Amino acid sequence: MSAGTHKPVGTGLVKWIDTRLPVFSYLQKEYAEFESPKNFNWFWNFGAILTFMLVLMILTGIFLAMQYQPNTGLAFDSVERIMRDVNFGWLLRYLHANGASFFFIAVYIHIFRGMYYGSYKAPRELMWILGVVILLLMMATAFMGYVLPWGQMSFWGATVITQLFSAIPLVGDLIVTLLWGGFSVDNPTLNRFFALHYLFPFLIFAVVALHVVALHTTGSNNPIGVDPKGPQDTVKFHPFYTVKDSFGLAVFVTIFAAVVFFAPNYFGEPENYLEAAPLNTPAAIVPEWYFLPFFAILRSINFDIWFIEAKLGGVLAMFGAIFVLFVLPWLDRSPVRSGRFRPLFKWFFLIWLLDCVVLGWVGARAPDAKVIEGVEWLKVIHIGYLSTFWYFFHFIILLPLLGIFERPKPLPKSISEPVLGGGTAAAGAASKPMEKM
Amino acid sequence: MSDHTHDHDGHSGDRRDFLYLTAGAFGAVGMGAALWPFIHSMNPSADVLALGSIEVDVSQVEVGQRITVKWQGKPVFIDRRPEKAITEARETPLSDLRDPQTDEERASRPEWLVVIGVCTHLGCVPLGQKASEDRGEWGGWFCPCHGSHYDTSGRIRKGPAPLNLPVPPVEFLSDNQIKIG
Repeated sequence: MSAGTHKPVGTGLVKWIDTRLPVFSYLQKEYAEFESPKNFNWFWNFGAILTFMLVLMILTGIFLAMQYQPNTGLAFDSVERIMRDVNFGWLLRYLHANGASFFFIAVYIHIFRGMYYGSYKAPRELMWILGVVILLLMMATAFMGYVLPWGQMSFWGATVITQLFSAIPLVGDLIVTLLWGGFSVDNPTLNRFFALHYLFPFLIFAVVALHVVALHTTGSNNPIGVDPKGPQDTVKFHPFYTVKDSFGLAVFVTIFAAVVFFAPNYFGEPENYLEAAPLNTPAAIVPEWYFLPFFAILRSINFDIWFIEAKLGGVLAMFGAIFVLFVLPWLDRSPVRSGRFRPLFKWFFLIWLLDCVVLGWVGARAPDAKVIEGVEWLKVIHIGYLSTFWYFFHFIILLPLLGIFERPKPLPKSISEPVLGGGTAAAGAASKPMEKM
Repeated sequence: MSDHTHDHDGHSGDRRDFLYLTAGAFGAVGMGAALWPFIHSMNPSADVLALGSIEVDVSQVEVGQRITVKWQGKPVFIDRRPEKAITEARETPLSDLRDPQTDEERASRPEWLVVIGVCTHLGCVPLGQKASEDRGEWGGWFCPCHGSHYDTSGRIRKGPAPLNLPVPPVEFLSDNQIKIG
């Protein structure tokens, strides 16, 4: 790049800076003039909502870290001190704890949006893969963060989840010892979880940056999955989507605030208000709601599969449930992106979505519990078998087959066509006056 | 902007300017209100404030003896002054002092001087709590960091420090019980 190609924006100090460091022309190009499809629906708000939540989590986390003590002797009491003695400590902690739940609510909606509208298909495969990496990092961060208050669920959750790695043949136990820094979850474990819990959000931030670079390279997908054909199909990001994103964010944050102020322990587990007791396991160990479907898959593989023992099988299935998302762009063979034009996929997607909810329901219950009172033979584990099977069946069998056998509905020629009922040229002419408004 | 600074009724200014300004002001107030809990969380918490006062039993302190207690994380010098030290402190003319203050203002009970043992120059702890230590030219305290001399009332007499050693809030609960803070 030669020095002459950069045209600085602004006047005065802004121009002086932009001549030397193109921050303002970058913002202008990527966030003001950036052309986005004009037909986004409300599901396209969640990128902005997630950005806000990430910043809020980092901010509340840094201020909590100023008060928190990562030591098994002090951790639990330091959290109680945050709740009682630190100015607005209760607010910081409730924002952070419930923020994790709302972060996952937003990220799951964002993922489901991408799945329904085929946002993972070419040329957006890498953007999707980066998104799955973000999801994995979020899960690791959330898990380690939950250990920090050093309550009963913190301790036993950490014990159980780290022991998942003991299922790995030959080196499993060595890995678990390495994770713990000892022979049980103890002070070294708490120390390193705190260090990593502080680090990972910044890794997430970096991967989010790559995710956004990819987005701004390929452009956004849209509800009909047809690429914009020209300026008549797009609007400038500012003010159209800055305003729409702000409104959606305000609605989301209102609901979030309602939980933080009126039901701050709704998502929490009462058991975690008891200090960790390494000699006394609680009656039932239940993960946070956002891990329940994966927990259900883990428990549903309670039988050996050929030479794979049940323990390893469960762990592989649980991680496989996320890793299958990495290859989703190649499992779905259909050339049509949006579920709107895929009459079979549309229903199978909804069934899969329901299946995820069922898995969550299974994860929250004891495997041997009865599903319906009085029906002895039907246990929760049976629903777990079925829903785990369907989860993988959808990805590995159904999606590739649908790509071959499904007959999609005819696609609109452009984004403008379904709105204005005309061709691209007519739509272009019709939309011109609108941009003047 | 310049072509519509007057609307069709001839009002100067612009509806849009007004909206920008009010929206901006509203945003700034909201941002400030949102940031306040974060900033305030760094201020002293309730458990720190609860340590705002201490009670000291001085029944074991002999005349001429000085003890150090910790209050709000800082050393507090308690000096049971002999008659000579009191006389010197009370007879010093205010014109000799850099930070003029009478000994009566500083020690309500002449025998007991209570000062915060932090040099007002740059925060070192002055010497002089033990008889063996250098007490400076006025027999009070001497700061080894940059050579400030304090008299028997803890007032600055020589050296770079600008102010006297501060007197914390002191209350005599009984003859042997001092409440500091």
